[in-house]
Amino acid sequence: MSDLFLVRTPGLYTTVQDAGRFGYLDRGVPPSGALDSFAYRIANLLVGNPGGFAVLEITMVGPVLDVLAEADIALTGADMGMTLNGSAVANWQALRVRQGDVLRIPKARRGCRAYLAVTGGIDVPPVMGSRSTLVRAKLGGLEGRILKKEDVISRGEGVLLSTPRSLPGHWIPDYRPDITLRAIPGPQDDYFSKEMETFFGSTYEVSVETDRMGYRLKGPPVRPDEGRPESIVTEPIMPGNVQVPADGQPIIVLVEQTTGGYMKIATVVTHDIPGVAQAMSRNRVRFEKVSLDEAHTLYHEQAERMRKIEEHFS
Amino acid sequence: MSTLYDKPRIRICGDSAIIVEYGAGIDRAVNEKVRAMAALLKRSLPAGVEAVIPAYRSLSLLYNPLATSTDQLAKTVEALEADFRQAEIAKPRIVEIPVCYGGEFGPDLEIVADQNRLTIGEVIAIHTSVNYHIYMIGFAPGFCYLGGLDRRLHTPRRKTPRTNLPAGSVGIAESQTGMYPQDSPGGWQIIGRTPLRLFAPWRAEPFLYQAGDRVRFVAIPEATFRQIREKEWQ
Repeated sequence: MSDLFLVRTPGLYTTVQDAGRFGYLDRGVPPSGALDSFAYRIANLLVGNPGGFAVLEITMVGPVLDVLAEADIALTGADMGMTLNGSAVANWQALRVRQGDVLRIPKARRGCRAYLAVTGGIDVPPVMGSRSTLVRAKLGGLEGRILKKEDVISRGEGVLLSTPRSLPGHWIPDYRPDITLRAIPGPQDDYFSKEMETFFGSTYEVSVETDRMGYRLKGPPVRPDEGRPESIVTEPIMPGNVQVPADGQPIIVLVEQTTGGYMKIATVVTHDIPGVAQAMSRNRVRFEKVSLDEAHTLYHEQAERMRKIEEHFS
Repeated sequence: MSTLYDKPRIRICGDSAIIVEYGAGIDRAVNEKVRAMAALLKRSLPAGVEAVIPAYRSLSLLYNPLATSTDQLAKTVEALEADFRQAEIAKPRIVEIPVCYGGEFGPDLEIVADQNRLTIGEVIAIHTSVNYHIYMIGFAPGFCYLGGLDRRLHTPRRKTPRTNLPAGSVGIAESQTGMYPQDSPGGWQIIGRTPLRLFAPWRAEPFLYQAGDRVRFVAIPEATFRQIREKEWQ
């Protein structure tokens, strides 16, 4: 372990995240972890880390970091106009940084969240099987909080790359202001037989109330069928669930909630959740209905793509 | 009257989870079945199942779509019905939670007593006389949804929530009683506090209980509170 960055400015909401904390879902501990699992995995691959290493998740406005030691880094996800010592450097590739360098990650121009991986991973003590930060419970990461000015960020043991790595262009996602999310009806689709068409036929706008817990949408309200209650007995909720509270405005659940009592009209497929993570306020969202079989085909395709990418770097 | 279904209903919850519902409402018999099924599933986790999460009336199963299918899981769940009849389900654990009632630890104890026309002693006696059933854990790490609060103690929430309740606060809200495992804002009527660490991330076992266990509050004097507190929180 060695000191790698001194935080000059922390950015808007920068946290340590890894693949998530899955051992205590039945005790009220949400999964947490990188919201965009694709960009997260690629970031680690680009610097030669095994899966599951911790990275910095950067939201909308990024940090300015003084580099304290030599390492490879890679930024994936949102394009934030990163510079190294004042020169523009691209996302989706590994960069060698050295003591005295200054890394600036100004502001999202396309997409919403970026992932900064470093050789050996961000080194914070694992808590309950994960290094992911859950700010609400002051758990994991750097003292359970977002980064602040003058924090020192350390990295774990790791080997510098012998040849630079970059992700071939055809695998780099394109973040657009209008997204279509594929979703499977349910688990409470039977409460919405009348309004299912409203939900799948409308365009929603991402509200300003969006965080790692969920994305609130604005648009044509979705109401339960006549005679159906407006809530259900509290039950676990999963990332991708689309909750419908009493005001009929859908909320896409992300990774910081374990239970809820609102009905879920549909669930976004795993493949498309990174697209939610990259959506900004005022972006537009449509939902496209898919069957469970279609969703599983997408799941397999995603696994196959990841296998090919890993093979490319091996 | 039980609201148990004749056979479990399966709901599709995205591409990597299903919800298995055992009954319609909040019902002790339904929740006991959920507890039994969770125990059976955890005893030998079916291939491809990554987590079993018990709730009031349902179990959520997280699965890896590369390793199993919903058809396969449905068969497994149905097969458990037969096991359930034969299985000996372990008796629930009773977890004792020491509580110092009133004073600085329970600033709303008098309100609960006044509103229900009870003495403070009666409130404590009633609150400590029940084995509360943990229906499920959720909302926040270690937060229990408890059943069994005596009607004589039902009290509305505070009009103005407090911005910071200390970890371990024990309170009442309408027909519920519960504990705050971490410092948190909250609108419950706070009647006491436990010196135990209900959520200790660094402990080998971070939590003291799981869904299906029973919680029994035990009244302790302030001196005991301070002794236990010092050991637990050093």
